Amino acid sequence: MDVRLTPEQRQLRAAAARLADDLGPGSVLDLADDDRVARLEKAVAATGWRSLRSDGASGVEVALVVEEFARGLVDVPFAGPVLADDLRRPADDRRDPAGAGAGEAQPWTIAVDGEAFDARGLRDVVSAEGNQLLSGRVGEPVTAIDLTRVRATVLGPREPVGELSPEAAGRWPALAVVVTAADALGAARGAHALAVDYAKVRSQYGHPIGSYQAIAHLLAESLALIEGSVSVLRHAAWAVDELSVAEARAAARIAKVYVQRAARTICETAVQVHGGIGNTWECLAHVHLRRVLTSTELFPVRLEEIDLGFS
Amino acid sequence: MDFRDAPEEAAFRDRLRTWLAGRAGTFPKSGDEYWSRSAQWHRDLYGAGFFGLSWPTKYGGHDLPAVYDVILDEELARAGAPARPSLGYLVEGLGRHGSEEFRQRFLPGMITGDERWCQGFSEPGAGSDLASLTTTATLEGDEWVFHGHKVWTSYSDVADWCLLLARTDATVRRHKGISAFVVNMHQAGIEQRPLQMINGVSNEFGQVLFDGARAPADHLIGEAGEGWALAMTVVGHEREPSTLGFSARYGKLVRAMAAQVEGPPPAELLWAAVETEMLRLHVRRRLSERLDEVVHGPAGSLDKLLMTWTEQSVGHAALAVGGTRDPELLSAYLYSRAQSVMGGTSQIQKNIIATRILGLEA
Repeated sequence: MDVRLTPEQRQLRAAAARLADDLGPGSVLDLADDDRVARLEKAVAATGWRSLRSDGASGVEVALVVEEFARGLVDVPFAGPVLADDLRRPADDRRDPAGAGAGEAQPWTIAVDGEAFDARGLRDVVSAEGNQLLSGRVGEPVTAIDLTRVRATVLGPREPVGELSPEAAGRWPALAVVVTAADALGAARGAHALAVDYAKVRSQYGHPIGSYQAIAHLLAESLALIEGSVSVLRHAAWAVDELSVAEARAAARIAKVYVQRAARTICETAVQVHGGIGNTWECLAHVHLRRVLTSTELFPVRLEEIDLGFS
Repeated sequence: MDFRDAPEEAAFRDRLRTWLAGRAGTFPKSGDEYWSRSAQWHRDLYGAGFFGLSWPTKYGGHDLPAVYDVILDEELARAGAPARPSLGYLVEGLGRHGSEEFRQRFLPGMITGDERWCQGFSEPGAGSDLASLTTTATLEGDEWVFHGHKVWTSYSDVADWCLLLARTDATVRRHKGISAFVVNMHQAGIEQRPLQMINGVSNEFGQVLFDGARAPADHLIGEAGEGWALAMTVVGHEREPSTLGFSARYGKLVRAMAAQVEGPPPAELLWAAVETEMLRLHVRRRLSERLDEVVHGPAGSLDKLLMTWTEQSVGHAALAVGGTRDPELLSAYLYSRAQSVMGGTSQIQKNIIATRILGLEA
């Protein structure tokens, strides 16, 4: 039993964090900076991480990159293409014939409940309907609360592009739930960092507000929620590839239920610590909150789905 | 990364499981029974080779990696056995701050369970503000003489020894004048007064009055004035679910409640199951980090908060499942309220996290 990240996993996490810090939006205004988005898109494409799964990476590595990207509000597609890559991975005959190899072909994203998710600049979608993989085209953007990821309609014809084995069809949802939980955790960590920084510089009654226990305790609670989330998510991310389908799905459900509740609380705290500013559009706190709410609703898990026969 | 047992860990788990299976049906059913048999349980566990796993062999331990404690805790809970005796924080305190002579004299008895210990830290006027303690130790000839009042002293009524904090120098400020001692509990000059807790249990916590109790001069641990450092080691480890070893019992209670619920389980029970699983995995992560020689400082306060939230969610589940009519479950609920106080209140943990981890200046 050794649940530490490997040195390679730590390097991957650090590289993803650097990329997000360098090119992610540093303000709400930055969201509209098309030059920045183009540089970010180029940088993300160059990493080849959108095809982590077909390159043999585990759920742990995928979750680490997703979490760091969400922390930095990376606003070019990632979770969608990674999940699409996983769906299209196993058999060569499901590959896009035009695809020239990992990282080079135009990535696909996934369709969830009839909508293309994480579709910014992308053309193709794939979705799993039972064991069937169906393709489609990204249509018009639809209104969505998430300011960092684009949703769009899906245009037909939906064509069969492959079939999942029963094992793969069962296991894929575990990865999807883990990825969306990792995204929520990352977005919440970003909100927390924002709030801690703000509490050190915002002064009232002649002192930084973070020096008051009323504020400090809220931020301390958030950090504990982050630590608990990291622990429960790491197990679920590992379980995606290492446990039985039923166990992997159960681990993913537990992780998502814990993380989604923690992440919302952490973001609400970040809004509160920012005071009036936190309730304005120009404060990034709500951008994190919106991303958390979106990732919570994708591949949703309700508390009632928790199996009391665990471990 | 692997959450599974390595082969030698699996073999250990099998041996332990077999030993526990042979004792099925003999475990205490009630709180009172648990308390009255806890000393025997400690000695049995030690005698079978399942206690003191991560402590040095020269003091009676097994020198195994800390993850073995996880296996022990999980299997005890799974078998419905009592939890691992909770004295890791005392072993750490004496191990790190006592002289080799001290360690040789006291650690083996502590680990085997042949000598029982209590911890004399808190006082009526010194709770969260431990450094304001007023119990005094005065050197008279070749003996220290103690006067003062300790409270929240777990197992004081059955203890042979007390790890006592007392003030040896009233002329220096606060924590600088505090020293740590080993004091024999079987002597005149010590008066015990049990405390009855809100669940009615009166055999865990006590008050201890020192009125002329004595200890030989060499029962001072380290130098005079070094008691605060020992106290910080002890309370640091007292916060950690991985040292305490009772996180697994939350899962045991959740499973027991799940078995008695008819129809859809209440939301409180489902949430307690989620918290319990989170804590189980968190302890595994923390103990794995020990392989990197990570020394636990303020992060222990994060762990204490997570453990507290878990125990109190289990308490709320107990109330949801049993209402107020099931005495055992009601007792579990009432007892859970102490978790946010004992070993340092949740408010103190948050102060530590805010100032020492987040860098928010107080």
